[in-house]
Amino acid sequence: MSVTTTYRTCPRSGLQFEHQAEWLIRANAFVGVVWLLIGGILAIGVVLTRWPAIHWLEAETFYMVLTAHGLDMLIFWMIFFEVAVLYFAASTLLRCRIATPRVAWLGFALMVIGSILNNVAVFRGASSVMMTSYVPMMAEPSFYLGLILFAVGALIACFVFFGTLVVAKREKTYEGSVPLVTFGAITAAIIAVFTISSGAIILIPTWLLSIGVVEQVDPLVYRTVWWAFGHSSQQINVAAHISVWYLVAAVAFGAKPMSERVSRMAFLLYILFLQLASAHHLLADPGLSTGWKVINTSYFMYFAVLASMIHGLTIPGAMEVAQRQKGFTKGLYEWLRKAPWGNPTFSGVFISIIGFGFLGGISGVMMGTEQLNMIIHNTIYVPGHFHATVVVGTTLTFMALTYYLIPVLFQREMIAPKLAKWQPYLFGFSMYFFCLVMMGAGTLGVSRRHWDMAFGGAALAYEWPGAAYLMMGLVGIAGLMAIVGGIAYIYITVGSLLWGRRLDAGATSPRFTPLPRATPTVIAQSYGSAGFAAPGTFVLALVFLVAFILYYFINWKYLSTLWLLS
Amino acid sequence: MSAILPPADRLWYKHPIDRVEGMWIGIALTWCLIMFFMMVGWHVWGKQNLSTETYRTTPEQFVVKAQEMVDKYTVRTETEQEIPVVAPPPGSDIYLLARLWAFWPILELEKGKTYRLHMTSMDYNHGFSLQPTNINIQVVPGFEHVITITPNQSGQHSIVCNEFCGIGHHTMVSRLYVK
Repeated sequence: MSVTTTYRTCPRSGLQFEHQAEWLIRANAFVGVVWLLIGGILAIGVVLTRWPAIHWLEAETFYMVLTAHGLDMLIFWMIFFEVAVLYFAASTLLRCRIATPRVAWLGFALMVIGSILNNVAVFRGASSVMMTSYVPMMAEPSFYLGLILFAVGALIACFVFFGTLVVAKREKTYEGSVPLVTFGAITAAIIAVFTISSGAIILIPTWLLSIGVVEQVDPLVYRTVWWAFGHSSQQINVAAHISVWYLVAAVAFGAKPMSERVSRMAFLLYILFLQLASAHHLLADPGLSTGWKVINTSYFMYFAVLASMIHGLTIPGAMEVAQRQKGFTKGLYEWLRKAPWGNPTFSGVFISIIGFGFLGGISGVMMGTEQLNMIIHNTIYVPGHFHATVVVGTTLTFMALTYYLIPVLFQREMIAPKLAKWQPYLFGFSMYFFCLVMMGAGTLGVSRRHWDMAFGGAALAYEWPGAAYLMMGLVGIAGLMAIVGGIAYIYITVGSLLWGRRLDAGATSPRFTPLPRATPTVIAQSYGSAGFAAPGTFVLALVFLVAFILYYFINWKYLSTLWLLS
Repeated sequence: MSAILPPADRLWYKHPIDRVEGMWIGIALTWCLIMFFMMVGWHVWGKQNLSTETYRTTPEQFVVKAQEMVDKYTVRTETEQEIPVVAPPPGSDIYLLARLWAFWPILELEKGKTYRLHMTSMDYNHGFSLQPTNINIQVVPGFEHVITITPNQSGQHSIVCNEFCGIGHHTMVSRLYVK
């Protein structure tokens, strides 16, 4: 088949970018960052209002800003960037032209139009329904229509991704099986198809309700199906950012997966079980049976947690093996001490892995335990949890990846390298603290999505304990610090595109160079017989497990003191 | 850089497993199963399990039953809106409705006694957040959720709405007394 396109070989990384794919990746990543910027500006309003001593915005504005912040961050920033990651994993890693570039651009256009339409509806002020938009509380029709268009565009992107895999297979651009990172991206795309379809299934009738064609959408059916979209979209993030972790381990250390079998099996567990997690949001609901709740919220039998615990070991483990091969073998942790801590691509990912596991992972299992959910549901513990998974996990990982992509994909020298060196630490650690104090406030019962914890104007106001006010004040401070970290990121990335020195694009050729297999290594062959290849990581994993077990049973202890319920 | 290259061996599922990974998978799987059976076991041995007893209802149907209880057992009223404080006998069916932006009525219960609490919403989704005990339950319109409760702490409790329900959401807070 003759398709005229060109392939550029990046002189810095050796990656090969097909012309159309390269522009699609750039466009999607860039628009994603624009949404991150908008969402970040909105975060200022949210943080400064929930800080009780400042209590900045009026109630009406606050709820509008909070609605937009949720959508722009959780849906638009993430999914635009993920489309870029998908195209990168298919076209760039397989050295393949992108399938149907025109259709891909159509998908992109739909996503852009949809996201803008939705935001315009929100900022007109009559659609402050939160990201979840639970019926029967209604937004303007264009709120739903925007989301539907966006979803269709994202679905198109997924199919372009699958199409590209087919093209690569047919045109034999690679030998053997797809690389692990591509494999992970396939997981993300499969989850995305499920997710986006669920979104369409529930948002289309809701849109019809908003324009008066349909009479009623059942509130409980809405909640059940909406969460198959709302929570599952966070599972796309997980699959995508874990793929990026493997990618960064490979480019920063030359690390090889410890075992392809283990890592890929863990991704397969995600496909089978990860989406069941949408039940997490329905544990405090009426009408759903106990069996349904237990099976779903536990991802069948915590098999998706198992998969995450596996990735959490194998990625640092692969880094450790690679470092030990380079001769950093002293003690348990020389490999970690001598890691490239000044490289923001590495430090960002490492901070992300630790935070995602310790803060996001453990708290997620607490909330997803049917009975423990009663002490957490709809408290500010919930945003505390998902800022640990989605911001520390996904956003920080994507930030780290951009530092790698600026010279490689955008062919610019990064401006302010000193600032870039510090940015992951500032952003990551203030987010750690932010999540911790949020969970602290949530443990004391403070509500999420609430304008005034002093209940101004209510006759029967409740007085939160002083500690809750203290925690919410700390949420404000930590939030502002994280926002400063976010501004630094935007300055570095956008500044590099605008003012960064242009770098050599590298040679272009009309044909791809077929992708060879990895060479088998001695260490890979000796696995399973000699060894204990990553003892340092294993000890870290045990520390994680002990923290997990302790916190788990502390929560049960707390639960056992509550009123008797049955 | 083999995570971004095709694996050396096409049949990746034959790639050997290191002992670090093997042991960790064993430990993690064990822990996952413990957590799973903990959740199931709590239904057998634990005392805090959320009921799933639910009926479809309408605001009209529900308000009739709530009004009946209020007519029978009101002991006093509170605030300028004269919200009735209701002290139903232990063991009885008690009703709490959530609407924009109040809970109605105020319940007065006895410590250590068991009640069947019926909850629904008249309009949007609301949240039942009992403080400072910290029990949180979703209140969904159209569904009557029946929960058997036994208060074990006496004193004045508050019910905070913790599901966003519009501009007056932050004023939606009520009381519950336990004697």
